[in-house]
Amino acid sequence: MSGGKKPDEAYYSLLTELQQLDFVLVELTLYLDTHPYDMQAVQQFNQFAQRRQQVAQAFESRYGPLLQFGHSYSRYPWDWADSPWPWQV
Amino acid sequence: MWIYEKKLQYPVRVSKCDPRMAKYLIEQYGGADGELSAALRYLNQRYTIPDKVIGLLTDIGTEEFAHLEMIATMVYKLTKDATVEQLEAAGLGPHYANHDRALFYNNAAGVPWTAAYIQAKGDPIADLYEDIAAEEKARATYQWLIDQTDDVDLQDSLKFLREREIVHAQRFREAVEMLKADRETKKVF
Repeated sequence: MSGGKKPDEAYYSLLTELQQLDFVLVELTLYLDTHPYDMQAVQQFNQFAQRRQQVAQAFESRYGPLLQFGHSYSRYPWDWADSPWPWQV
Repeated sequence: MWIYEKKLQYPVRVSKCDPRMAKYLIEQYGGADGELSAALRYLNQRYTIPDKVIGLLTDIGTEEFAHLEMIATMVYKLTKDATVEQLEAAGLGPHYANHDRALFYNNAAGVPWTAAYIQAKGDPIADLYEDIAAEEKARATYQWLIDQTDDVDLQDSLKFLREREIVHAQRFREAVEMLKADRETKKVF
């Protein structure tokens, strides 16, 4: 129920940056699903995928794992289950 | 399989406690043209659709779960600080009696979600036309919801979702054309 501690301002700006990159990537993904031979779009997709990886890593190093089942690392103690959850911020 | 990502697809902010709006928004949570219906419809159709459009159904179906979480976040934020009296005044007395402030998969009129909302005909064109119609209906619902609130923060998130419905409908239309083109070429011997 409770939201835990309120994240700092940098949390929101880094999260926004990640959401913006992910928006580009979801758009390109759906577009490429119906336009698989658009080479420029594939190049743009791969560029953004790389940039996305860097920003996600920066976010995780400050605010904890975004993914689990082994797709993100954990600190000690296990920090995946830490608040806040997305609907709490 | 699926991996959960601990973030929303797009920010959800609300500027006030507003259980009245939460009651309407639940239409897109557990309603016929809502996000749960959308996700389950597309992910279920994948198994019998031609290979060419499986990727699209997988990706759009997955994105729908991100939208479902956004709607849930709206409802949660709009009701979490509401008193029982405020919930009752907004018409959520019957909901409170059954669920307290818990979310539930029902539509704005309180009717529980049912699998009868979604179709799987096994005919690729019929299935994709249903998907296009579903996206257009969801787009219309988002417009009505935007019209029902003056909360600009909430409107911002709803406008994002409205736009996504348009993009999805467009991609499904392209998928229909891909299958039609495929069907034409196969006629040439």
